[in-house]
Amino acid sequence: MRIYAIAVFLFLYVPIGIIVLFSFNAGRHASELRGLSIQWYGKALSNPFVGDAFTTSLIVALSVAVLSSLMGTAAALALQRLKGSLRVLFDGLIYISVMIPGIVIGIATLVALVTVFDFLNPILASLWPEGVKPPKLHMGYASVIAAHTLFTMSLVIILVRARIAGMDRALIEASMDLYATPWRTFYQVTLPQIYPAILAGFLLSFTFSFDDFIISFFVAGANTTLPIYIFSSIRRGITPEVNAIGTMVLAVSLILLMTAQFLLRSRVNR
Amino acid sequence: MREDGKTNFWLTAALLAPTSMWFLFMLILPLIVILVFSFGERAAVGGYAAGFTLEQYANLPSRLKAFQNTMVIAPVGTLLSLLVAYPLAYYLALRVNRRYKLILLVLVIVPFWTSLLVRTYAWIFILGGRGIPTLLEFIGIEGVRLINTPGAVLVGIVYGYLPLMVFPIFVSLEKLDKTLLEASSDLGGSPLKTFMQITLPLSTPGIATGCMLVFILLMGEFLIPAFLGGGKVFFIGNALVDLFLQSRNWPFGAAVSVTLVVIMLITVTLYMRLIMRGKTGRDESLM
Repeated sequence: MRIYAIAVFLFLYVPIGIIVLFSFNAGRHASELRGLSIQWYGKALSNPFVGDAFTTSLIVALSVAVLSSLMGTAAALALQRLKGSLRVLFDGLIYISVMIPGIVIGIATLVALVTVFDFLNPILASLWPEGVKPPKLHMGYASVIAAHTLFTMSLVIILVRARIAGMDRALIEASMDLYATPWRTFYQVTLPQIYPAILAGFLLSFTFSFDDFIISFFVAGANTTLPIYIFSSIRRGITPEVNAIGTMVLAVSLILLMTAQFLLRSRVNR
Repeated sequence: MREDGKTNFWLTAALLAPTSMWFLFMLILPLIVILVFSFGERAAVGGYAAGFTLEQYANLPSRLKAFQNTMVIAPVGTLLSLLVAYPLAYYLALRVNRRYKLILLVLVIVPFWTSLLVRTYAWIFILGGRGIPTLLEFIGIEGVRLINTPGAVLVGIVYGYLPLMVFPIFVSLEKLDKTLLEASSDLGGSPLKTFMQITLPLSTPGIATGCMLVFILLMGEFLIPAFLGGGKVFFIGNALVDLFLQSRNWPFGAAVSVTLVVIMLITVTLYMRLIMRGKTGRDESLM
């Protein structure tokens, strides 16, 4: 059994190890290892396309993480007061947004937004004064952020709600009985108890958005995120440079994940 | 002191407002638009022209191969993942020292949250010309082609979705009452009998959750067949990318998406009926 477990762990980690190893390749070809060097990291970091893609990914992932943790936490707090059919409706929507494949969300969002924009753009243009260039709605940052947030917001709701369920209600009642205002009760009693879940949700949302390819592929418009850049590079052939970028992408999510795990386990596991 | 009912109502509404807007504009509206489009006609320049026709649905057989591949490889991939995941989940839940249990479980889950794109393209290396086939040539087996085969896609699937399968099974095995296992062996039940009559039945909720999660995600998979199937083994997802981004046949693409979602819903409903039999299964969070 133990040998089997070791074999599965190897199966999970060897491919990641290979990417990392080959990113330090000194040779020019991706598939032959000729000594170790960090030259490809230098190449990758000085490549303006990689820089742009990285900045785009960072802006998108940060916005997604901030939006989802705020909206998700608010919704999780509200949902515990909700009962009956409305509650069932929200639960259903939350699970659908988590379960629905990214490709369906990507396509549906693309089609819906393009249709809405095509409808609104002439109206906007007619409202604008003569001679001034009217704003034109198009796919871009906002559409990617909005589409990612659908999934990550629901994820935050699920995480925070699990935390609220495990919370000691007596503390809240005690705080109310001692004449604390609802806001103060929230700030001094509820928030300290749920903040690890919020922070973990923030980090997971960031990771999801930073790594997502398929949704961005449909709705990013002219913007290129890092996964889209990697995808199109691979189509042109794997180079050690792609491996270096891939390794950096893996490193970002690994660091965030370890932090999220640590936060989720703290206190839960007394 | 309690908040009065009215403030309470407005507070709840305000807290839920952004989320509701998101569900409305980013989930419900897009799905309705896709449904409407699937009954439309293709405009001369690509895109959509209003109409009501079943033509798009009648045209579905032209993408039959993609549907066939998906409907065969997705279930097989789910089953393979289950077969690989179960022993590992069993080992982690019942055989590992408490101290290491959590850290090992985290090590299984972590890859799932890192870039599927990067992890999948690692397999282009391993299965490609200079990977395993070269190693096999060393020991005298020549002319083995691994990449761009259904086998390669299956390996990618098991690799990509294993963590998602292990986690729910682990949770259900972990919750299992260990005294039952002891009772069974005290009463002379063989290990196999104990497993078949106690462990396995009690872990079905985990198996069901794991299979459902993996199967649903696989139905919409794009990256794994794109990288490891090399245009020979393609899924509905690959057909969709082609229809929307290359040939810009939106109404037909919409019909394919609607069909995909419907197949997904039907399979999941049937599956739930079959496995759960009235039991209400609770979803396990993925972390």
